[in-house]
Amino acid sequence: MSIEYNNMELMITIAARNLEDGAVVIVGTGVPCAAAMLAQKTKSPNLTILFEAGGVAPQLPAMPISVGDSRTTHRGIKATTMADIMEMCQAGLVDYCFLGGAQIDKYGNMNSTVIGDYYKPKTRFPGSGGANDLASLTWRTMVVCPQSQRRFTDKVDFITTPGYLTGGNSREEAGLPKGTGPYRVITDIGVYGYHDESKEMELLFLNPGKTIVDVRENSGFEILIAENHGIIEPPTDEELRILREEVDPDKIIIGRS
Amino acid sequence: MADLKSGRGEIFTELNSDNLRKHFRKKNKKLVNKETTVTEAVKDYIKDGDYISVGGFGGVRIPTAILHEILRQEKKDLGFSGHVSTHDCQILSAGKSFNRCDAAYIVGLEARGLSRHARKVFQSGNIKVTEWSNAALSWRFKAAAMGLPFLPAKTMLGTDTFEYSAGKEILCPFTGEKLLALPALHPDVAVIHVHRADVYGNCQIDGIIVADDDIAKAAKKVIITTEKIIDNEEIRNDPGKTIIPFWLVDAVIEVPFGSYPGNMPGEYFSDEEHLFEWLKVENDEAEFEEFLSKNIYSCSDFNEYITKNGGIEKMRKLRRLEKFI
Repeated sequence: MSIEYNNMELMITIAARNLEDGAVVIVGTGVPCAAAMLAQKTKSPNLTILFEAGGVAPQLPAMPISVGDSRTTHRGIKATTMADIMEMCQAGLVDYCFLGGAQIDKYGNMNSTVIGDYYKPKTRFPGSGGANDLASLTWRTMVVCPQSQRRFTDKVDFITTPGYLTGGNSREEAGLPKGTGPYRVITDIGVYGYHDESKEMELLFLNPGKTIVDVRENSGFEILIAENHGIIEPPTDEELRILREEVDPDKIIIGRS
Repeated sequence: MADLKSGRGEIFTELNSDNLRKHFRKKNKKLVNKETTVTEAVKDYIKDGDYISVGGFGGVRIPTAILHEILRQEKKDLGFSGHVSTHDCQILSAGKSFNRCDAAYIVGLEARGLSRHARKVFQSGNIKVTEWSNAALSWRFKAAAMGLPFLPAKTMLGTDTFEYSAGKEILCPFTGEKLLALPALHPDVAVIHVHRADVYGNCQIDGIIVADDDIAKAAKKVIITTEKIIDNEEIRNDPGKTIIPFWLVDAVIEVPFGSYPGNMPGEYFSDEEHLFEWLKVENDEAEFEEFLSKNIYSCSDFNEYITKNGGIEKMRKLRRLEKFI
């Protein structure tokens, strides 16, 4: 029997496994950053981590609080401008972006701007930040967030960040770069991809101990179930040790679960 | 033929290239001493109604002293660019200083959480907001820095972020592909904190530059606060390090620890306790008022603010934290 783990630890571990050695990933703070750090310290030592504020390929000494703080350039290759980073994304050099979730719909569109009327919002959130750009311009968008009916919503109040828009070819027709788009959503219940044609969210893997009922009960929209969906291997003792001792010893992220 | 859309948002800043060229022609390009004080710089260079852009990255390398002084001088009806505006947005929101905003990232402090007060200001319906993404604002500054009225990009298309922006879809004259046209953003005033500057305004920055090279070129006026004033010889010994050259700059003020409570790369880390306290007191109006009075309104200058928050001992601690000592 392995060590016990919490939902955050599980999501970070699965996310890290999705970042292969040699890839270039741009991350936000929190879970995505922890996942990139864990990947770098396990199977992907040559993972290049970028931060939208200008940090290039740091060897992260500790969890950044801001995507622009000095940790994001620690022992890095370059400290540059935001335009420079975004231009790399636009030019096709960046494989993945890793975003934390807000509201997300079945096409992977996300809202982090407003709830209610735009001009007199019930709740104002920060807005796109770099999320729209990263999801528009990097090849594959990965999202990691706990799953609930509130988050997995049939219709987002505001499309801050593009997924597959209204499905099918609509993303490409809108003018977003060809071949880009949502790739994985990693939650505490399962790992999702998107249907090849309709571009609707589809279950690919269940997390250990979770069921299709959990998938359905925690979503505001119908999730497709891939016929041959698999089951995720639980975090190994080694993954958990590195996560707890080296990635997030202060439990800033893994303590949130 | 493609049906080309326009965002419904408003453009808050000057776009006429000829007017802007005339303005920049008149800028003083003589090597003259531009040292002044925080009080004088805000009085002389920031008028009610001006549009300002703040350098750095919200809680990293921010010109805190100038932002506090904007509140003390009760500047009104400002516009500002929310280009990852975190603690800077929080300060400006505390002062009822602005009525319009180009928003890419506002009201939040990244991993620290959301500012209750800043949200209240933006939820009041009294602030005009035009929506953008971070890259969009970076490239709007770049277009301005290039002396162009717009730049094309491939971001934001198909989303509500575009719908509520002031961007326009266009077709590439060469390939026919759909692109987003981003209008240049020329702030009236840029306020930027740097590591080192000489008295003429030649500036060196360590670590990430964010958009400050372009913001300095885009703005009609530029106020620089610097950790320290260095001799012009130091600039000339290593000209490759000059990020902002003197002819862009109107005012220079030496403000040690000037990014506090924000992080200054290579110098000191952010004061997370103070930022946490700020977020916490926003939950209670009376407490928040008292907090602002203590930390801003009753302070005669930035040094008093630092002294009230632990002074040189606190700064030593933040320096050690920055260097993992």
